[in-house]
Amino acid sequence: MTALQELLYKIADDQLIIGHRNSEWTGFGPLLEEDIAFSSMAQDKVGQSYALYQMLNSLGEPPPDTVAFMREASLFRNCQLVELPNGEYDFSLIRHFLFDTAEALRFEMLTQSSHIPLAELSKKIRGELRYHTLHANTWIRQLGSATEESITRLQHSLEYALPYALGIFEPSPYEDELIDARIFAGEQALYLRWQEVVEEVLRPTQLSLPAWGSLTPRLGGRQGRHTEHLAHLLEEMSEVFRIDPAAEW
Amino acid sequence: MYGGGTTFDGAGADTVASEDPGRLQAFEARIALGEKIEPTDWMPALYRRQLIRMIEQHAHSEIIGALPEGTWITRAPGFKRKLSLMAKVQDEVGHAQLLYSAAETLGKTREEMITDLISGKSKYSNIFNYPAYTWADACFISWLVDAGAIVNQLANAKGSYGPYCRALERICAEESFHLKYGHHCVIYLAAGTPQQRAMFQEALNRWWQPMMHFFGPADKLSDHTRILMKWKVKMATNDAMRNQFLDMYVPKILELGFTIPDPKLAKNPGTGVWNYTEPDWEEFKRVIQGDGPCNRERLEVRRIAEARGRWVREALRSPRAVYSMPLA
Repeated sequence: MTALQELLYKIADDQLIIGHRNSEWTGFGPLLEEDIAFSSMAQDKVGQSYALYQMLNSLGEPPPDTVAFMREASLFRNCQLVELPNGEYDFSLIRHFLFDTAEALRFEMLTQSSHIPLAELSKKIRGELRYHTLHANTWIRQLGSATEESITRLQHSLEYALPYALGIFEPSPYEDELIDARIFAGEQALYLRWQEVVEEVLRPTQLSLPAWGSLTPRLGGRQGRHTEHLAHLLEEMSEVFRIDPAAEW
Repeated sequence: MYGGGTTFDGAGADTVASEDPGRLQAFEARIALGEKIEPTDWMPALYRRQLIRMIEQHAHSEIIGALPEGTWITRAPGFKRKLSLMAKVQDEVGHAQLLYSAAETLGKTREEMITDLISGKSKYSNIFNYPAYTWADACFISWLVDAGAIVNQLANAKGSYGPYCRALERICAEESFHLKYGHHCVIYLAAGTPQQRAMFQEALNRWWQPMMHFFGPADKLSDHTRILMKWKVKMATNDAMRNQFLDMYVPKILELGFTIPDPKLAKNPGTGVWNYTEPDWEEFKRVIQGDGPCNRERLEVRRIAEARGRWVREALRSPRAVYSMPLA
């Protein structure tokens, strides 16, 4: 696998899995408006993963349906954060905030990529993600300063999610190559920008960030080491497709 | 989506007698001219009550209807279906949002309506009390249940209450995409492997009776029904809508080579009326009263979602909440 392919796989897998999780809120949100919002974001993210898998297909990888619905969990390169179950709304919201902040910055950086198709696609995706981060930031600021329960819940979920969020930035074996070829400016650069934005959004709230140095990142996702949740998710996702993978549905 | 067979409140037709005759006459004259009644206009108490009941049932049907199909979002085979089904079910939840707003213009809050749904006081379309066992069941719902809903909604969109009609126009535009999506899914099953064809035939066998129930039993033409039809609350009889559905969709189902599980089903070429085996109306009543295969599960899901989301709604009402305007 080339450096570019590895990069595309991890981003596409992130989008597919978080999109799938977001779609699980359909019909269960705390307000109808939140059902609808999570479903919109799910459609964007799954659509983005589809576009990235198509790009991989043009680089010689199998078609999007095959890579999404037929790979085993150990071949997925998503970070563990996105595969965790939705839990309660506080966890889903915190994950949405931490992950989408990173996403928005990642695609912003990728608009400068030397791989032109990726730079072009990233411009489109950046526009969609702007609404995702607006949504996350609005809710974090409101619930992060409202009632004792909302603040406690968000704080608890923040502390639980942060080590997994650091797993977003797990370096790839191709880091130097990607940076040298100007395909992507690298996970470390992304991580530093992400820290700044996370701190800025949380500042006016009553939520507090632990010292960054005190956290132990949950790594492994980028190498195909996952929690048990991913295999269950994939089993469900491919349940119909695998009845007959050669059939058209 | 939505089923017909709205259960109207039988009592209260007599309350019309106590309305101001001058106002009542002016109200009825406006409706006869095809004018729309708006929220701030005078209206008889019975009109208001029946509309709340009807719009509320419709809204509940949308959110409960999202559940049997929603369980297939995470299983939809392939990107094309996954993306379409997500968008479709999201539309249904959006319809509920529109309809609760339309009902609120008549004086009942969304919270009160949801409370009545969970307590079992308010009803929703009976068909969603049946389980979607396979992907083909989800395809049946997307195609044929939505088709039935369109028959019903197009009729109601010509009704007399402005906010409901405007909501229905928007809803029908979206439903027509659902119908195309559902039909497309079924065509692929029909043209697929023997196993895929069998999946849809089995779904058709399971869903035909609930589909026949969908429009409700034959109307008793009471004084009450006559008033509702005169006021353009109820726009067509249940039988007329069922007949229209059969007229439009039986040929399409047969065209795909499937067998409809009713040997008596045939159109009388002279009258244009379809003959069919009467579905089991005792079962229909039992299910409406809460004893269907999924009634408890559907309401339980809704109850749990409401309970789990309570802290979020309370936090939004908190005076300490720093409202941040999302400036796009």
